[in-house]
Amino acid sequence: MITRVNHFSIFVLDQDSAYDFYVNKLGFKVHTDASMGPGKRWLTVTPPEQPDLEIALMAIDEGMMFKKDTAEKMRELVKAGTFGYAVFECNDLVATYEELTARGVKFKKPPTKEFYGFEALFVDDSGNWFSLGEKKKED
Amino acid sequence: MDQPPKIYLYRRIVLAKLFIDEHYAEDIDLDAIAGEASFSKFHFIRLFKMAYGKTPHQYLTRVRIEQAKLLLEKGESVSDVCFAVGFDGVSSFTHLFKRFTKMTPSAYLRQQQQRKEEIAAAPLKFIPGCFAAQNGWI
Repeated sequence: MITRVNHFSIFVLDQDSAYDFYVNKLGFKVHTDASMGPGKRWLTVTPPEQPDLEIALMAIDEGMMFKKDTAEKMRELVKAGTFGYAVFECNDLVATYEELTARGVKFKKPPTKEFYGFEALFVDDSGNWFSLGEKKKED
Repeated sequence: MDQPPKIYLYRRIVLAKLFIDEHYAEDIDLDAIAGEASFSKFHFIRLFKMAYGKTPHQYLTRVRIEQAKLLLEKGESVSDVCFAVGFDGVSSFTHLFKRFTKMTPSAYLRQQQQRKEEIAAAPLKFIPGCFAAQNGWI
């Protein structure tokens, strides 16, 4: 049986800009930042309280992973906000919304009580979107 | 039971947190922050803890330790780091750092420098094979 997630990847338009967004705006920690030769970089970050979940910020470049036309299409799709990657959690949604907004993070949806729960949606600097929810309070 | 604070109170609490995030290296007077946020000290601490799970003082210490880790990862000396993040003595810094990270600042510095050298020398050891293969790195 599958027991855990230890890596997942997010495709970003620019790794320098993504570094600034995930580290300086969201407050994630850099796990590994390795140069893999000219113009190639392996960059992973972790949520502050999940140091063993590496999120790879993958550049969309022409190469082995993407042919030129696929890379161009992929970049357009990312920019258009096609991809939603994850549900993040915080202790207090309104406080976190206020804080991230003050840091310049753009929200598609402010904290909203939906029939399925209390959530907000934000986008990263590339156009990828994420849900942000609140940790369930202990009874 | 505690009710969630109203939005203007949230904003004041968040501003206090952002103030700590920015001024952690200074001699921050948490009473003054409570005053600026127009709260009584008790009310301020209670609302801050409700939002962040820590008192302002605990949060300030946490930020200082996290910033110290970042500077040590860059290779700065323990004493430089201690004063750069707002502690006033190496001995209290070392004691708190060890309480949070289970190792001394100098051991952390050595560990991080060794890790940086290993990443530079053999980055593939730190990348899952599937990702490395997809990128043509192996």
